[in-house]
Amino acid sequence: MRDMPGRLLIVDDNKVNRLLMSRSVEQLGHTAAVAENGRIAMEMLRARSYDILLLDIEMPEMDGFEVLEALKVDPKLRDLPVIVTSSVEGLDNIVRCIELGADDYIPKPVNKVLLNARVSASLERKRLYDEQKKLLDRFATVEVAQHLSEGGFTIGGQRLDATILFCDIRDFTSMSEAMTPEATIDLINTFYTLMFDAVSSQGGIVSLMVGDGLMALFGAPRPIENSAQCALAAAQDMLLMTAALNEERVIVGEAELRIGFGIATGEVVAGYTGTDDRATYTCIGKTVNLAARLEAHTKIVDRSVLFDEATFAGLTDQSSCTSMPEVRFKGFSDAMRVFAL
Amino acid sequence: MTQDLIDTATYTELCDAMGADFVAELVNTFLEDAPNMIAALKLGASNGDVDAYRRAAHSIKSNAEVFGAAPLAKQAREMELTGLPVANPPIPTLEAIYADTVRCLRALRDA
Repeated sequence: MRDMPGRLLIVDDNKVNRLLMSRSVEQLGHTAAVAENGRIAMEMLRARSYDILLLDIEMPEMDGFEVLEALKVDPKLRDLPVIVTSSVEGLDNIVRCIELGADDYIPKPVNKVLLNARVSASLERKRLYDEQKKLLDRFATVEVAQHLSEGGFTIGGQRLDATILFCDIRDFTSMSEAMTPEATIDLINTFYTLMFDAVSSQGGIVSLMVGDGLMALFGAPRPIENSAQCALAAAQDMLLMTAALNEERVIVGEAELRIGFGIATGEVVAGYTGTDDRATYTCIGKTVNLAARLEAHTKIVDRSVLFDEATFAGLTDQSSCTSMPEVRFKGFSDAMRVFAL
Repeated sequence: MTQDLIDTATYTELCDAMGADFVAELVNTFLEDAPNMIAALKLGASNGDVDAYRRAAHSIKSNAEVFGAAPLAKQAREMELTGLPVANPPIPTLEAIYADTVRCLRALRDA
């Protein structure tokens, strides 16, 4: 166990207890801040971050139970480790603290050896939790990480309306044959950086990255206003960024990057697919298949962006759209109207 | 008398763990703050505010336990658990024990 100092907030309405607890905490090598009651503590917790809350129960204005309840419903604070330090009477009160989310209970007067053990254990748990959270943020999008931390993880899905965007780099295989492995990875990473930026700035999330292509969701896991418009705007942003990138590539004698987009809007099944050990948040269904088919079709009709009728219907400005000949896509019984930008 | 009112083992343990100077400061803080707690107890009793009465008794108990002031802690705990009685809350009894405890605490602090 690492003995890294932590920042602790001590909440106690009693002066002697505050002094004693601060001194004990500081002697253990941690820093201590104090609050006189629950209300002040909540203000302090919202203003800056603490590693552990040492919480008294009997307090005026806002007691320890109320603090625990307030923490529980605050997404930013509900994972803060809380050690209740109290001389409250009755086992039922201690049980209530634990049921309300307290991690531990130390009776007063607080024994320093016990305090040290509990604080170290809580700090270690918090560090592990923070590391997991960082990993989650790296390997999942902010929206998915939030969705997970709010609702927990369960394999399964829900039906919702969303817009799906597929895109990939044209002729990437032949392009990369003439490149070093380092230059290939560098180009892919540049592409992803630009694409992630375009997608997230329009409220979407990148759900899958496969080789030189990706799938983005607009409207899942969180609904957004006019997902069709957002997806198309992301494609437009991406085209502009690619044009700027190509100007630089042409100057240094490198091949231009060409990208195709397929966009479809409609009902999808969204959720975590995989197993309990390994899963990903994604969308499946006809709308997803259609977006993939549209993206493939861009190569056939030599267009950068193709989208379906439902996406077209959602656009606020349809003036720059062209209606294309109807297409009967594999896996779809009816011929479909297709639009290009 | 000190032996009866303050458990010297608890007090010595506190001094060993926290340092005698700090404990002296802690005693001073208690001596400053305890009259406010007793006043809160009286106010709670006269206003019929059961929560304020119980909270004040709880605070006195909690602090008395820190210093090993067992009789004071016992009296305060009894008042916390019993709650505010309809008549004659035992505040004079608590005040009498408190007055004796203060003398002992001062003596220990200055020893």
